[in-house]
Amino acid sequence: MMLSKGLKRKREEEEEPEKEALAVDTWWLDPRLPAVAQAPPAVPSNSLLDLSVLKLHHSLRQSEPDLRHLVLLVNTLRRIQASVEPEATLPSVPSPPEAPGVAADSLLASSDAALSASMASLLEDLSHIEGLSQAPQPLVDEGPPGRPSGGAPPGLGALDLLGPATGCLLDDELEGLFEDIDTSMYDSELWAPASEGLKPGPEDGPGKEEGLELDEAQLDYLLDVLVGTQALERPPGPGR
Amino acid sequence: TGGSGGPDIISTVEFNHTGELLATGDKGGRVVIFQREPESKNAPHSQGEYDVYSTFQSHEPEFDYLKSLEIEEKINKIKWLPQQNAAHSLLSTNDKTIKLWKITERDKRPEGYNLKDEEGKLKDLSTVTSLQVPVLKPMDLMVEVSPRRVFANGHTYHINSISVNSDCETYMSADDLRINLWHLAITDRSFNIVDIKPANMEDLTEVITASEFHPHHCNLFVYSSSKGSLRLCDMRAAALCDKHSKLFEEPEDPSNRSFFSEIISSVSDVKFSHSGRYMLTRDYLTVKVWDLNMEARPIETYQVHDYLRSKLCSLYENDCIFDKFECAWNGSDSVIMTGAYNNFFRMFDRNTKRDVTLEASRESSKPRAVLKPRRVCVGGKRRRDDISVDSLDFTKKILHTAWHPAENIIAIAATNNLYIFQDKVNSEMH
Repeated sequence: MMLSKGLKRKREEEEEPEKEALAVDTWWLDPRLPAVAQAPPAVPSNSLLDLSVLKLHHSLRQSEPDLRHLVLLVNTLRRIQASVEPEATLPSVPSPPEAPGVAADSLLASSDAALSASMASLLEDLSHIEGLSQAPQPLVDEGPPGRPSGGAPPGLGALDLLGPATGCLLDDELEGLFEDIDTSMYDSELWAPASEGLKPGPEDGPGKEEGLELDEAQLDYLLDVLVGTQALERPPGPGR
Repeated sequence: TGGSGGPDIISTVEFNHTGELLATGDKGGRVVIFQREPESKNAPHSQGEYDVYSTFQSHEPEFDYLKSLEIEEKINKIKWLPQQNAAHSLLSTNDKTIKLWKITERDKRPEGYNLKDEEGKLKDLSTVTSLQVPVLKPMDLMVEVSPRRVFANGHTYHINSISVNSDCETYMSADDLRINLWHLAITDRSFNIVDIKPANMEDLTEVITASEFHPHHCNLFVYSSSKGSLRLCDMRAAALCDKHSKLFEEPEDPSNRSFFSEIISSVSDVKFSHSGRYMLTRDYLTVKVWDLNMEARPIETYQVHDYLRSKLCSLYENDCIFDKFECAWNGSDSVIMTGAYNNFFRMFDRNTKRDVTLEASRESSKPRAVLKPRRVCVGGKRRRDDISVDSLDFTKKILHTAWHPAENIIAIAATNNLYIFQDKVNSEMH
């Protein structure tokens, strides 16, 4: 049912993958395609990359993303990106590239930049929110004193494909590379947060600080409202 | 069986330690407990069948005002406590909060009060001329369920597992990044024993997917990760068990390498054998048996549906590749079971190395009908009743299964239907 009778989707509509559970584009099952003849494609098609970016975008837009799903997606995307552009790591590009393929590389790099910024922002957000939400709640005993609060990373290490997490991703050297590249596809609107908690992409570098303050102000306001509300709803005292 | 619809989707199934009771949790936060009827000569046809014993609402949807998020009421896991008196107790959890429920029976009630009449109203004292001793009279069985403890605010991320310690005093709860140890009597604090949250969240590349206490050694527990590894930890070694005692990991098979290698290696369930000597893990395409004494590789690997290996791209697109299947041991640790698609479930006999595919469906499950083995054909020769890979229904997934602790009785959750299969042939041989 599902794998044999695929309905063609209109890719321009950017429909969410989850809703297409029963209608799958089956072009990659076509045995005439070399990608199917050998189970894992040696070089991923642009479709796989696009699909992964789309999935990640969708996952990031959830109000509370499934962390496992997100991490697996990001790791898979890194693998795909690594094999499409094995040498394209942002911090390691020392001089302006001269190859004619620079446009494609830059687009990829800038999409990677927007992607990594959103991803990093979201993950950073999770820890900010966690810090705020734990404050008014009963103390969870985190273990014997002296234990480092953040916990030691399990030795997995940061991957080179991701640039620095917050704030300005591109240093002055690299900004020049993207001046003439149309990155409107990857502008912040595409990556615009659906909920309060998410922050805008790297194009809104300076706005990032504002965003953080705004969130805190909004949270303060929310707390005031809650406290005010609770005061209104306080049950009548004894004797009534 | 329930009507079609979201809240009735069964999200967890668990037998208690004797197998007399079977609990299911669903997406709507409800728990339904089934009880096995004792076999009686008077009704030979209802040989030990399971009937509904109690139904209660365990969790309600909540709203986290600080994060503007709704907390789902879906029951992720149920674990029974070992029975210590006439009452039964179980732990049920959603994404954030664990609750301890006590289930008691009332089948007698006192009659013949001196001061109250039959309806409980106070009697006119002038009419009371003699004293009587109230007697206990039988009544229709009433099952009462009450929440005894609520373990809240222990988790920032989504709880995926709970496991009761063999000491019967503590239990652990695991979310994506942390594992906490609780005392069953204390709700306002827990002890963090594993924390894999990196200092910078951007460095996050691995999450905890499942965890379980060792069935006999109260200091040992295991947790699995999204990268396919298992970590056995000893609570005696350190208060914070970030450093594992043993790391179980199989090196990637270079011939099977693909962009989806990591996703399909993510462990969705881990279960200790009843003996405590082995562990069973489920990843997307296989179930593996690990010997606690060998960290380098599993001692046995069984293919659940290898015909999907060439369809991973498609399964990635429709997100099926992220489905989390559970696995189960039989009472003697000789047979393992896990679910698959198209309402199929698979059993592997570790001794004979034979395996079977069965289907949980209304058509094939008339009472006392014998389940017919199914076969999936991958092209080439096709027998009459074979199903072709392309005809599989990927919306019909058997994610949750459970095996009676001692007998050949299995519980299979197929979306919002529960199937209980009993192996009559074997039980007659005993």
